[in-house]
Amino acid sequence: MRSRTIPMREVYVWELPVRMYHWVNMMCVIALCITGFIIGNPPAFMNGTEAYFNYWFGTVRFVHFIAAFLFFFNFIFRTYWGFAGNEFSRWTNFIPLKRSQWKEIVDVIKVDILQVTHQKIDSIGHNALASLVYFITFLIFLLQCLTGFGMYSAMSKSFLPKMFAWIVPVLGGDMGVRQLHHILMWGFIIFAIVHVYLVFYHDYIERRGVTSSMIGGWKFIEEDVVERHEAETGENTKC
Amino acid sequence: MEHKQRSFYEEVRGEGTSRRDFLKFCTTMAAFLGLESSGVGQIVKALETKPRLPVIWFHFQECTCCSESFIRASHPIVATIVLDKISLDYQETLMAASGYQAEEAYKTVMAKHSGEYIVMVEGSIPTENEAYCCIGGRSALQILQEAAKNAMAVVAWGNCASAGCVQAAKPNPTGAKPVHKVISGKPVINVQGCPPIADVMAGVVVHLLTFGRIPQLDELNRPKAFYSRRVHDTCYRRANFDAGLFVESFDDEGAKKGYCLYKMGCKGPVTYNSCGIIKWNDGISYPIQSGHPCIGCSEEGFWDNGPFYQHLPSVAGFGIETTADKVGLGLGIATAVGVAGHAIVTNIRKHRELSNVPDKSSEIENPKV
Ligand code: HEM
Ligand code: HEM
Ligand code: SF4
Ligand code: SF4
Repeated sequence: MRSRTIPMREVYVWELPVRMYHWVNMMCVIALCITGFIIGNPPAFMNGTEAYFNYWFGTVRFVHFIAAFLFFFNFIFRTYWGFAGNEFSRWTNFIPLKRSQWKEIVDVIKVDILQVTHQKIDSIGHNALASLVYFITFLIFLLQCLTGFGMYSAMSKSFLPKMFAWIVPVLGGDMGVRQLHHILMWGFIIFAIVHVYLVFYHDYIERRGVTSSMIGGWKFIEEDVVERHEAETGENTKC
Repeated sequence: MEHKQRSFYEEVRGEGTSRRDFLKFCTTMAAFLGLESSGVGQIVKALETKPRLPVIWFHFQECTCCSESFIRASHPIVATIVLDKISLDYQETLMAASGYQAEEAYKTVMAKHSGEYIVMVEGSIPTENEAYCCIGGRSALQILQEAAKNAMAVVAWGNCASAGCVQAAKPNPTGAKPVHKVISGKPVINVQGCPPIADVMAGVVVHLLTFGRIPQLDELNRPKAFYSRRVHDTCYRRANFDAGLFVESFDDEGAKKGYCLYKMGCKGPVTYNSCGIIKWNDGISYPIQSGHPCIGCSEEGFWDNGPFYQHLPSVAGFGIETTADKVGLGLGIATAVGVAGHAIVTNIRKHRELSNVPDKSSEIENPKV
């Protein structure tokens, strides 16, 4: 039997609201990508029938819109949690305003992307590069909601989509809005490939239990890293 | 110019139009404009009593299809409106005068009716080099800016004047710009379409005539009465769209059955116009009814959103027929390959971590490991 003897401590990083947000978001994104792709490229599997016979394309669009509303409010909720949640989910993590964050971004690129050095990255929550990427994804989420609700406003009288109608003239009409909306779908797909890969990569290399941290909320962190963190924040996280 | 004193109603009666037809026309216009039934009375009264609307009509970079559409409106009263009711004191295609006389005509209107006349424009305005469009030795830009200064409002006919149309399509060699981009401080009504529907043009004129002010406009300055709904929202093929029944090629079974033209590149879902309701040629038909997808002619940049028979426009810089999906799929595959490569490299370069052997360098920096 092989075993490792570094002292680790369990740290509660992702509170329930963050975890709920994450999985609701993932399910919405998957549903939106599938239905969105079908809306853009509908297959011809019902051809030969008459229109009164079915409503499948209408249903696909309906699912897209339901998932879209869920996605939007879930995103609003996560934004709120960026102000209300614990230190790891705070908005300050996501926007690199501090020098130390930029230094860590460079370190992560050297250690995990280029793999030219092998020192450990100490961050307990998201590392600084991951946070920056999540911040960019949040902006893409916002843009996708803008363009989506912008198109939706043409078929709705309710105030929420109307609030986004201004994006249409900015992009020169619905065609530009649809094109951007469609292009951004590929942004989601590419993000998801890289994101899931990197989660598994970190789990594989660091063995801190990153993957399951989004399920149970706890990560294994090296004792000295936790102690240094406690010294910096003047906080005792032991429970 | 003795007919100046006569009312519009007297004029059309004199030409043999019955009162019944006159009222029918007023009612149709009221319906197009989305007025309440009392609006019919207002239109009748205006056409019976109001003085003529002084109009200067310019032709810049255009093909005259808007004029064609307008004067070919099958309703005879519409033609009367253009030729008699609005006083076309200056219209390069239709006026008899030429040369100095013509120039005089519009200068007179500007002087006599300052603040009251309407400038109607067909065509875009070149800005790359103003000389690309000159009339009487002056550039389109100079002429328009001068005329617009004391106008009550400016009507931009068609896609050219509203959004630049084909002249402004990439690479836009003449720097063609629509009216609203080259003048300021005046309300501009964009009557979109290539050309706009004749009845829509008539409706805008009747509105100006009746109420003496511009109609309600959307964010792109198009009259809401005609451009607040998408072609898709009023399309009779919509049931086929919702049922997911699409024409796959122009001569297939679906085309014969009247399926939705979405996959043939129909731009109805992204195009605001009245084609589905008012239709063309006296309400006989419209492109989709004739089996052809909407090409989005009342939208900005519709030439650049092509090819016409493709759902997604081609992505600039990637060549024709390269859609966002092709680019996206390419990037997706590249990402997957990149990720796989990274996984292989990781297993080689990080073998020490993986087999729990501390890396020498990290041992020095990080004695904890
Ligand atoms: C992960 C997020 C989303 C993805 C990946 C996505 C993807 C797509 C795609 C690929 C299309 C087809 C575009 C085309 O016609 O070529 C589409 C259409 C559309 N999406 Fe989304 N979408 C997302 C979020 C949203 C949101 C938040 C809304 C807000 C209501 C929305 C509303 C719409 C609307 C209105 C359409 C047009 C439907 C139609 O033409 O019938 N989408 N979406
Ligand atoms: C099976 C699929 C997925 C797994 C296993 C997974 C797992 C994780 C894990 C473990 C984290 C925390 C990473 C860290 O500590 O830095 C995370 C964060 C995140 N994931 Fe995923 N993820 C998945 C799919 C997705 C998808 C499809 C999206 C959206 C497109 C997504 C968006 C995010 C975002 C935005 C965060 C940051 C969370 C926050 O701070 O609010 N994930 N994910
Ligand atoms: S033919 Fe065009 S406008 Fe009509 S329902 Fe289909 S997509 Fe919409
Ligand atoms: S159907 Fe579309 S392309 Fe055809 S005239 Fe109407 S708006 Fe223009």
